[in-house]
Amino acid sequence: MQASPLAHHFENIEKQSHAERLGMWLFLASEVLLFTALFAAYAVYRYLYSDAFAEASRAIETWFGLVNTVILVTSSFTVALGLNEAVKGNGRKTGLWFAVSVAFALAFLALKAVEYSHHFQEGQLPGRYYSFHELQAPGASLFFSLYFLITGLHGVHVIVGMTILAVVGVKAARGKYTATYHTPVELAGLYWHLVDLIWIFVFPLIYLV
Amino acid sequence: MSPSHASDVPVYNPRNYLNSPATGLKSWLLTQDHKRIGVMFLVAASVFFAVGGLFAMLIRIELLTPGPTIMDAMTYNRLFTLHGVVMIFLFMIPAIPSGFGNFLVPLMLGAKDVAFPKLNLLSFYLYMLGAVVALYGMVHGGADTGWTFYTPYSTTTVTKVVPILLGAFILGFSSILTGLNFIVTTHTMRAPGIGWNRVPLFVWSIYATSIIQILATPVLGMTLLLVAVENAFGWGIFDPARGGDPVLFQHFFWFYSHPAVYIMVLPAMAVISEVVCAFSRKNIFGYKAVAYSSLGIAFVGFFTWGHHLFVSGQSAFDAGVFGILSMFVGIFTAIKVFNWTATLYQGSIAFKTPFAYFVGFLFFLVFGGMTGVAVATVSLDVHWHDTYFVVAHFHFIMVGATVMAFLAALHYWFPKITGRMYPEGWGLVGAVMVILGFNFTFIPQFLLGNEGMPRRYFSYPERFWALNVASTAGASVLAMGLVIVLVYLLVALKWGPIAGPNPWHSRGYEWDTASPPLPENFEETPVYTRGPHEYDEESYANPPPVAPEPKHAS
Repeated sequence: MQASPLAHHFENIEKQSHAERLGMWLFLASEVLLFTALFAAYAVYRYLYSDAFAEASRAIETWFGLVNTVILVTSSFTVALGLNEAVKGNGRKTGLWFAVSVAFALAFLALKAVEYSHHFQEGQLPGRYYSFHELQAPGASLFFSLYFLITGLHGVHVIVGMTILAVVGVKAARGKYTATYHTPVELAGLYWHLVDLIWIFVFPLIYLV
Repeated sequence: MSPSHASDVPVYNPRNYLNSPATGLKSWLLTQDHKRIGVMFLVAASVFFAVGGLFAMLIRIELLTPGPTIMDAMTYNRLFTLHGVVMIFLFMIPAIPSGFGNFLVPLMLGAKDVAFPKLNLLSFYLYMLGAVVALYGMVHGGADTGWTFYTPYSTTTVTKVVPILLGAFILGFSSILTGLNFIVTTHTMRAPGIGWNRVPLFVWSIYATSIIQILATPVLGMTLLLVAVENAFGWGIFDPARGGDPVLFQHFFWFYSHPAVYIMVLPAMAVISEVVCAFSRKNIFGYKAVAYSSLGIAFVGFFTWGHHLFVSGQSAFDAGVFGILSMFVGIFTAIKVFNWTATLYQGSIAFKTPFAYFVGFLFFLVFGGMTGVAVATVSLDVHWHDTYFVVAHFHFIMVGATVMAFLAALHYWFPKITGRMYPEGWGLVGAVMVILGFNFTFIPQFLLGNEGMPRRYFSYPERFWALNVASTAGASVLAMGLVIVLVYLLVALKWGPIAGPNPWHSRGYEWDTASPPLPENFEETPVYTRGPHEYDEESYANPPPVAPEPKHAS
């Protein structure tokens, strides 16, 4: 006999799910503001150094970003499929779909790591570490500062989101959730979609200037 | 919900959150009870209040004479930075929302706990972790940037600014989690009968605070992280030598830190709205006006940050717009002040210690608020910018108002939290000393600032001497008053007379349960048929004498 998912201080499971969903949405709002600070800095410096930003953006390889975009969007799709199974009460299939999503997340990170190593070789690095000789315009090093800050913070979110997907996926596969109560699956999905959504903004800003 | 003032002899609730389910240290450190977490926040915040106060006294002693008195310039720079950081991030931001808010919000909503008790405990540990990281930086070198960490100085200083920044970053997450918890709790945990028009005003104001905490704090976190990265690795975001813009830091910083002023003041208003009803024995005049003006302040607060940049090269048009937007805050604040004072009209006022602090609060809020409108006026601000006038202004509005409300809350809810009464006579003595001391500390600083004494210097010309001595004397009275408060409250913890469930005959929902409350708050989920501030019935408008006489009922 499993422990009931209902915490002692809630009257019923609907109220608890409502509270959990609301909490997640508020947390996502907070996350958006976290990235907004970086996007605002990006906007200011792109306005100040529009030519340098355009050239710096051309100096990095677009196909990395493009492939990663496809990977992340697909992973969001597999997460949605996993949630769909959870609604039906098929915990094992949820676990499988989440495992696929985690694999996509790992692929994303691997590609990102390869990309980072290219930047290190080329000297496309932030601030005082910048040594990319082909582009010496003022503001170019700022582009890479922001590049590493934004993609780095996003990468941290990928790692966190991936971990959440893995934990919730294992729990789902072990039958912790039912067709009536699977809010954690839903929330893990929400978080992952946000990670995906932020990338949708990062991709054009960084790669397609 | 039987009114509790029928009982003659106050009783101490034997099975309460303090002694059950267990009393050991472990049961406290791992507790998920919002009341215990609230008490832990209160104790921790009070300790940091004392630490920050100690720094303040050292600053005042240094300024007793025009030249060096007890320290050199560098020590002084570190001290005022630490004073600001400790007082703002460790005391004023968490004290009322995380301390009293945690204790009271579920009680005021008839709930068993906050929506996410584990997150609540995590918030406390993040607070402690942030405090430890920041204190590590303070002990090992300190910082000399001022609590505002302005670039480019903060990115080049050799002092230990990075751990302090990281500490503040971690504290931000504590603040976010607490805010998130309160919003969800208010939405989903209200007992039957508490529609939005019956939500206690305390909760309304904490709710507005929480919105700011969730939406503004991440921006500060990111900004402080950028400064830390800049200081440690030189990434150039705010460094003009690498194309960065130091003024961008000011925009980011004040986008959080101006709303943060309302993170400090809105909870103070929350307390005051409760106190004014309970001690004038009247329903609030204009419930909706008071409730919605909190949301108004929270909203407008996001669009006023530019008034910190009047002399930072902002365009005249921007400055004008920010100046006008800032004055909107004054309108919302005035709505509250008029409603509170209208509540007093024809009320049956009990001049107890919390009410004394309410009077002090009103004075500091109005005086501080009006000087706020004055400094929001661009032409005047250019004269006062970075002088002691600004120091006195924000100490009045932010510190004065918040500390008054904190002390009012401490006395008003002391019987609920501890089950015992504080000594009323000593309470009034403490209140008079604190309020007078505060005035004598900062009124001279208004005058000094107007005469042109700049802030953040450890020495000054001799013509400023007399007023600085007056300010230090006032600070000593203030400190003495606070020590008296501390002593009698600690004594009352053990030897205070038993308070009973509702010594003030307050109508607030939190007084319907025993004192100290049960671990699960209420025996069964309460159902409310009245608002939280209704004193219309004769027995409530003119109750028997308010506080129990100091007869030792135990």
